[in-house]
Amino acid sequence: MKRLIPLLAGMVLLLSACGGKSDLSTLKPQGPVAQEQFDLMKLSISIMALVVVVVFAICIYVLIRFRRRKGDNAIPKQVEGNHKLEIIWTVIPLVLLLILGVPTINSVFKLSKDYTHDKNAIQVKVTAHQYWWEFEYPQYGITTAQELVVPTDKKVAFEIASSDVTHAFWIPSIGGKIDANSGVSNKMYLDFPKEGVFKGKCAELCGPSHSLMDFKAKAVDPASFDRWVAAMKEPAKYSDDAAIKAAFENKCLACHAVGETNTGASAPNLTGVGSRLTIGGILYNDEKPVEDNLKEWITDPQKVKPGATMPSAEDIGLTKDELDGIAKYLANYKLDY
Amino acid sequence: MAAHAANAAHAHHGHKVKRYKGLMDWLTTVDHKKIGILYLLAGGLFFGVGGLEALLIRIQLIKPMNDFVGADTFNELITMHGTTMIFLGAMPMLFALMNAVIPLQIGARDVAFPFLNALGFWTFFFGGVLLNISWFAGNVPDAGWTSYVPLASPTYNSGHGVDYYVIGLQIAGIGTLLGGVNFMATIINMRAPGMSFMRMPMFTWTIFITSALIVFAFPVLTVGLVALMFDRLFQANFFETGSGGSAVLWEHVFWVFGHPEVYILILPAFGVISEVVSTFSRKRLFGYSSMVFATVLIAFLGFMVWAHHMFTTGLGPVANALFSIATMLIAVPTGVKIFNWLFTLWGGSIRFTTSSMFAIGFIPTFVMGGVTGVMLAVAPADYQYHDSYFVVAHFHYVIVGGLIFGIFAGLFYWWPKMFGRMLNEGLGKLTFWTFFAGFHLTFFVQHFLGLMGMPRRVWTYLPGQDFDTMNVISTIGAFLMGVGVIVFLINIFVTAAKPRNAKADAWEDGRSLEWSIPSPPPEYNFKQLPLVRNYDAWWRVKMDGQAEMPAAEPPGPIHMPSPSIMPLIMSIGLFIGGFGFMYDKLYLAIGGIGITLVCMLLRSVFDDHGFHIEEDEQEKGVHA
Repeated sequence: MKRLIPLLAGMVLLLSACGGKSDLSTLKPQGPVAQEQFDLMKLSISIMALVVVVVFAICIYVLIRFRRRKGDNAIPKQVEGNHKLEIIWTVIPLVLLLILGVPTINSVFKLSKDYTHDKNAIQVKVTAHQYWWEFEYPQYGITTAQELVVPTDKKVAFEIASSDVTHAFWIPSIGGKIDANSGVSNKMYLDFPKEGVFKGKCAELCGPSHSLMDFKAKAVDPASFDRWVAAMKEPAKYSDDAAIKAAFENKCLACHAVGETNTGASAPNLTGVGSRLTIGGILYNDEKPVEDNLKEWITDPQKVKPGATMPSAEDIGLTKDELDGIAKYLANYKLDY
Repeated sequence: MAAHAANAAHAHHGHKVKRYKGLMDWLTTVDHKKIGILYLLAGGLFFGVGGLEALLIRIQLIKPMNDFVGADTFNELITMHGTTMIFLGAMPMLFALMNAVIPLQIGARDVAFPFLNALGFWTFFFGGVLLNISWFAGNVPDAGWTSYVPLASPTYNSGHGVDYYVIGLQIAGIGTLLGGVNFMATIINMRAPGMSFMRMPMFTWTIFITSALIVFAFPVLTVGLVALMFDRLFQANFFETGSGGSAVLWEHVFWVFGHPEVYILILPAFGVISEVVSTFSRKRLFGYSSMVFATVLIAFLGFMVWAHHMFTTGLGPVANALFSIATMLIAVPTGVKIFNWLFTLWGGSIRFTTSSMFAIGFIPTFVMGGVTGVMLAVAPADYQYHDSYFVVAHFHYVIVGGLIFGIFAGLFYWWPKMFGRMLNEGLGKLTFWTFFAGFHLTFFVQHFLGLMGMPRRVWTYLPGQDFDTMNVISTIGAFLMGVGVIVFLINIFVTAAKPRNAKADAWEDGRSLEWSIPSPPPEYNFKQLPLVRNYDAWWRVKMDGQAEMPAAEPPGPIHMPSPSIMPLIMSIGLFIGGFGFMYDKLYLAIGGIGITLVCMLLRSVFDDHGFHIEEDEQEKGVHA
């Protein structure tokens, strides 16, 4: 046993060493929920490593010790079984499962705690759509998409549902996932104690662009969060160019929304889209200018996300000038927080 | 049947049954040995198709933002890969082994219902063909092998793709269910005199339990598929959330079937491993009675754990806690099996053949898949693992590392009994090493991909997430597995060209009844039914210095079931009917079902008395 402990410690170390990116990996937890889940993983991996080591050791010993030598035609003793041994390998696993089962149950109940009526928690209603995420903050009357903004000092209580097929809401480095079902909502809470941007993913097959249904969770300090809420509540900004404004209102706002025109929108809310980290969740604005990303996306959403419901610029009759103007306007629509 | 045959022999001598040759022989056969070979051919064919789909999936994932296949095609590939491998590849190959071996192991001349056996094969085959025709029809199922609604519902999946899944699996499912009923009845009723339940070989035990699982689990799938079919074809609302249906209901129905299905797949592999390990270590299976008990317990618990596939569905903490613990408990009987195998080897005289190498490779590999299973049972940790590549790694470890290793072990082991020829051991070992190494290369890294945040069923992935290297390794491994399978195919052809000279007791250390009769056995298997006095009956007889099993009956004419083309025609009827329903052609639907019903009527009206093989004909040794 004593010799096994360093081995197990080594395993755990290995896990965290090659554990992937800290904004994405479950092995580099950035919040207490993911940490609790990671602790359970470590416990279960340690117990299981023990089992694996024992089985491998017996297996290798047996294969070397009891291989048939050339010319050996002896008939081995026919053994029926051994009650003592059989009891041992029934009882020891039961004990190991007990060690694993108790913290499991404890944690299941702890993580299912409902904060949706807690006034001190930030309430977020998550609605999953084929291939984007909508985040509504009922306490503040604001809605945003693709980029979840949360403060570092409060619990965030999510109520998660889907507007179409089943999706699953997952921010690996912050905490495990829960399904976004159609017709019923699920509750889950997460903590974001560290400032930073964490990658979110859809984890349930939801159609062709399932793999591209990424979002970002941005944890900011409390003051910054307040500034963000205030900025979101300001009246919508529009392009100074009347023609662009008209084209935007007629062609984009048929589905999308900006500022106070929140309600009932069937497409992502675009308030402050210029200051988001990505366009469409996957076109990174630090790799290419946000304006170029916007143009790429608006020109042909199907090319970026196959199966997306947004029509192409051509389909809605957007001229080159209108496209450029709208992209420029949206790129400059930034929130200061 | 046999006792009846001996007494009633004279009464039926008048019946002359037409015996077919060549292709017609195969289309009309009701002989379990030939049906076993048909299952192997068809299952192997679909296994190849599923394997090609797997390789295309791995090519697409070899690098980030690859566009080797489109997003739609990718979802079709993963759906068809999963569905084909489970229902049309793995299960039929198990049925091949069941058919080839079970009647021989229990000392019977055929299964209880030979006609049903043929019908089961042909419905499976035409169900599988129907499903795969979707590739040519341009409407391929693309909602995953789990076919979760609403993604598979008519609202979000308007083409005919999922119809192929729903109807193909219903037709193929009839075959599986018939097989389950048949083997349950066979094992209960047709054991040789003296073979009590606790003298049955372990493989027979696992097939008995598997058949019971099929009988209880497959109707659930059928009900689910019928409900989904009604939603899709007749605008019903079982799963339409917009009209008050429930999408979570489908998840329950699917997994109430789906989890026992996992044990339907793995228990026979456990049986194969038990036989192979025992034979090639020249030792009695360690802890036989605890093995039997563990098998029954696994099957029983297998029905109690379906919701561990749904920890993230939102069933609440009570359900998640209960299903966590129930799932963990399965590890105990499974562990008992692992240690029993290890201690069968312990003190034995282990001979390394391809078969035993696959069986021995199975043990550590399956343990790795098993321990990740326990890890997945920890619900809060599963919130992280669920639907990530960790799960993909886990179930390939148990299905490929468990079941497919088991099937390879079984095929190499029983090949001489099925075909009368020994597979080439050199090529066999090459298959083992390439497949074994390729397998671990493909799937070991996938555990880490999942833990690092890669969801499963993704068509592609963005660069810069640390996923790139491991995906390359995984793809290389997949091709290595492909090489192993190709070497196996070459092996089959090389072997087929060799003379048919396998001995009755082909491995010399055979322990159960199938090794007491010629390889391949005559059409009637046993000239005289054997008398069984203990477990490992054939081994004990050999140890007593005898060359033949003691007979339980005097020699006499042997009653045989007559061949029939009807199972094939009935299945074609269902196949045609399936298309009629899918494409809304009422005349095709009625016509197709009509063909099947008319066949059923004819079968009920005209008695089939079978025929007899007289003693002088028996000597000619009509081989399978």
